[in-house]
Amino acid sequence: MARVVVDVMLKPEILDPQGQAVQRALPRLGFDGIADVRQGKRFELEVDGDVDEAALARIHEMAETFLANTVIEDFVVKVEESK
Amino acid sequence: MTARIGVVTFPGTLDDQDALRAARLAGAEAVSLWHRDKDLKQVDAVVLAGGFSYGDYLRAGAISRFSPVMETIIEQAKAGMPVLGICNGFQILTEAHLLPGAMLRNNHLHFICRDQKLRVENAGTAWTSDYEQGEEIQVPLKNMDGRYVADERVLDELEAEGRVAFRYLDMNPNGSLRDIAGITNEAGNVVGLMPHPEHAVEPLVGTGRTDGLGFFTSILKKLVTA
Repeated sequence: MARVVVDVMLKPEILDPQGQAVQRALPRLGFDGIADVRQGKRFELEVDGDVDEAALARIHEMAETFLANTVIEDFVVKVEESK
Repeated sequence: MTARIGVVTFPGTLDDQDALRAARLAGAEAVSLWHRDKDLKQVDAVVLAGGFSYGDYLRAGAISRFSPVMETIIEQAKAGMPVLGICNGFQILTEAHLLPGAMLRNNHLHFICRDQKLRVENAGTAWTSDYEQGEEIQVPLKNMDGRYVADERVLDELEAEGRVAFRYLDMNPNGSLRDIAGITNEAGNVVGLMPHPEHAVEPLVGTGRTDGLGFFTSILKKLVTA
């Protein structure tokens, strides 16, 4: 078993009002010094068997077609751990 | 013989009954379609209604877009079958890449529900021919993820080709780029918009305006005379 993580973030040029709302709440809660917040999604995939090149290619395809909407989002695929 | 207009029900669809009713009021035979069924029951056109299909999980429309019924709809839409996406239906059409761009959370982060003025910017589509070019209509708008975005190149292309089908008037309710309320594909058979014409088809309900009926009479005329 191995865990592969897919991080999905809005593209930098896309307005993220949710991230802005979080950022604006921070000083009120006593957390100072945070200039900007962007909110994204993290997917943790538990993969059966080895994460070889073919498996990673499939996960990349999955992220591109389904987990992320590449019109508005970027994604990064990372192998987190192997047991 | 009249035309058959299908309305898809996904888990979480809310406005399918209103859309079926609007189709019937316009004189069509209204046909219920089921998300797990690839069969379109020989309908001549399809409406993807509003709601929160699959709970808007992942992204609004992202999961519905891969449902069995959508496989057939995407194929048929590319072959010219008229498809209208309203609200969640518009989101599904962008996720399916039948229409360009994407829908995001309203810029003010609140759910919005109001009577919204629109300008019909393209009266040449399959779903808008009963309107005058530039006609101003008012129909309900209710959504959480109504902010239309696309990159500048796509926006310029849409404007140049007259594919911005509807624009918000008086106020921009959700931060949509260039006040875009709805768009059409190049062929004019696939149209998507956030506001709800199917809720403005009878004088007895809502504000008493029937400004939305034109969508359904437009498509009926097109199909019956075709």
